[in-house]
Amino acid sequence: MREASSYTLSKDRTKESTWKFLLQELKPKGKLLTPFNIISIPVILLGAVIIAIRFWKGIGAVTNLSQEVPWGLWIGFDVVTGVAFAGGAYVITFMVYILNMRKYKSIVRVTVLNGFLAYVFYAGALLLDLGRPWNVVNPIIGNNFGTSSVLFLVAWHFLLYMVAQLIEFSPAIAEWLGAKRARKLLSGMTIAAVIFGITLSTLHQSGLGALYLMAKDKIFPLWYSEFIPILFFVSSIFAGLSMVIFEGSISHKVFGDQISEKNKGQHHSILHGLSKICAGTMLAYFFLQVIVFVHGQHWNLINTPLGYWYLTEMIGFVLLPLILFVISYRKRNILLIKIASIITILGIIINRLNVTVIGFRWDAANQYYPSWMEIVVTLAIIFTEIWVFRWVIRRMPVLRESAFSLTK
Amino acid sequence: MGIDRRNFFKVLGVTGATLALGKEVAAAEQEEEVNDAYGILYDVFMCGGCQTCEFTCAELHNLPAPEDVPEIGISRKTNDQRRTVVNAYDTSGGEVAVKRQCMHCLEPACVSACLTQAMYKTKEGPVIWREEKCMGCRYCMVSCPFDMPKFEYNSPNPKIIKCDMCYDRIKEGKEPACVEICPAGALVFGKRSELIKEARKRIMEMPEWYTDHIYGELEAGGTGFMYNAPVPFSEMDFNTKLQKRSYPELTKGFLYSVPTIFILWPTILLGIHEATKNKNNNQNKIQDDHA
Repeated sequence: MREASSYTLSKDRTKESTWKFLLQELKPKGKLLTPFNIISIPVILLGAVIIAIRFWKGIGAVTNLSQEVPWGLWIGFDVVTGVAFAGGAYVITFMVYILNMRKYKSIVRVTVLNGFLAYVFYAGALLLDLGRPWNVVNPIIGNNFGTSSVLFLVAWHFLLYMVAQLIEFSPAIAEWLGAKRARKLLSGMTIAAVIFGITLSTLHQSGLGALYLMAKDKIFPLWYSEFIPILFFVSSIFAGLSMVIFEGSISHKVFGDQISEKNKGQHHSILHGLSKICAGTMLAYFFLQVIVFVHGQHWNLINTPLGYWYLTEMIGFVLLPLILFVISYRKRNILLIKIASIITILGIIINRLNVTVIGFRWDAANQYYPSWMEIVVTLAIIFTEIWVFRWVIRRMPVLRESAFSLTK
Repeated sequence: MGIDRRNFFKVLGVTGATLALGKEVAAAEQEEEVNDAYGILYDVFMCGGCQTCEFTCAELHNLPAPEDVPEIGISRKTNDQRRTVVNAYDTSGGEVAVKRQCMHCLEPACVSACLTQAMYKTKEGPVIWREEKCMGCRYCMVSCPFDMPKFEYNSPNPKIIKCDMCYDRIKEGKEPACVEICPAGALVFGKRSELIKEARKRIMEMPEWYTDHIYGELEAGGTGFMYNAPVPFSEMDFNTKLQKRSYPELTKGFLYSVPTIFILWPTILLGIHEATKNKNNNQNKIQDDHA
């Protein structure tokens, strides 16, 4: 995509000025010593050192993974949870491009950008967890298609969805580079990319849950059922939207200069709409969970420490934010929407970790706890993503109105 | 009882092996049945816990020789340094020794989990791991109901370690090393259907010596490695609650839904898109808004 746009660009401008423009854009804009930078830079550097040790000495040198618990924080949080939060992109593109809800158009680009970066970084984190990453191309090329594997499906979908999201976002890149013809071409591909992207998302959001279907005897029964894929899919809708609400609130503060007055005014209306969708899908999700629980017949497990933890998740982190969302759009209370979205985000983290880490081999002799190095690497990945996000926001027409639509 | 038992299983081992090998020829003449690959029948009753299998296995696969011995109350586990272990248990029938290793399932969870076909069920029966294909994702370890694939966590070029039923030896027409070396004759190698017959015969003829359960006949959809034992398997740390269906079946429903969604979703989405677009088209120009 980049090549195509710079090709057209070179016709619009001279080659020298293009290079000058790109070099100039690479330079940092804004202050260097912000609180975020002061915290994130050391963490990213430390994370890089730990990653180097991991490739030099092996995964065991930096993680607490064991023969019983082969997947820990890097899969359970970075990949499984991170991808759930990236679900906002397929929901918002569905609303705007398929249902034609024009109200949400102003947040499409930032949501797609967020989704794309989440996939690049969190699926990228998967490479750190692979023992033999040089063979990662095997399921993509060559004759090693393990088609009976859920992970095969998830891997392909990650890859294809990244391409779809890049296409969805590419008009913004073309506008940034001033490539008119490329923009027109890329914009024409948007609908196809959106439809393809929603289909892929449906399958791999549920697929991440389906990964754990064969671990039937290893997951605490309250979190294991044959409905994990459906639960993961439904919860990715409000997980993604809660992230859109949360991220939108921060962006409006940090990048307020980028957002037009018209869009600022519309933002509250957008939040109200999103909180309605969250409430609706969470209600469906809560009832699914109740059905799964009744169907599973695990009443006796409720009266155990993990049983209480299960109840905490269902009541404190599903039912409570659900009620808060309902109240917030009835009372038109923006603060309450934000609070509900934060509780929902925490609830999704708890749910995904319950399935993948906390409830996984709950009966093992050696319980798994992530090492401090696993946590630092996870934070480093999140911080690096925010750095790239900020770099793009400051340069490309993501939050601000695109000059192209205005001229038309 | 110790001496009695020892003598008894020596005799039994020899006859057992002869029976199994003798029938192997006959089995080959029959038309090849699905799932009638090679397997191993292991008799807890006959095993004295001498660890010879452990030493031979370690030597053959260039792994360090075991330094600890089976001890009641201590659960030794296979790991990236050993493919098989023998554990001791105090049971209702006295002290027994139990060998553990990969079960070589008929429909292995690890094989269906593997996205690069590195885990592979050979037509001969063994489930093997192929280094050049594996990307080290460890999904096989997550999926295996017996927790058998082990990973070299402390290597920059890690391998998956597990019993491969001495696949190279089987291809040469030899028995797996542990079967060949077992001084008690507790291990029998042969066609799986013949092994089941042999195991049933033992239970039928000597019901006072054997519990009426062949572990691995039905567990996880059937395994290549099967157990005869004098006491119920739950007393020896076996998971007796494993489902009888194969584990890959748990993901089949999901995988079957994939092509359906791939056809239905784009059609429906395109339909809704067209429908909503037309409605709005009359109100204002939206043509260029899809950017």
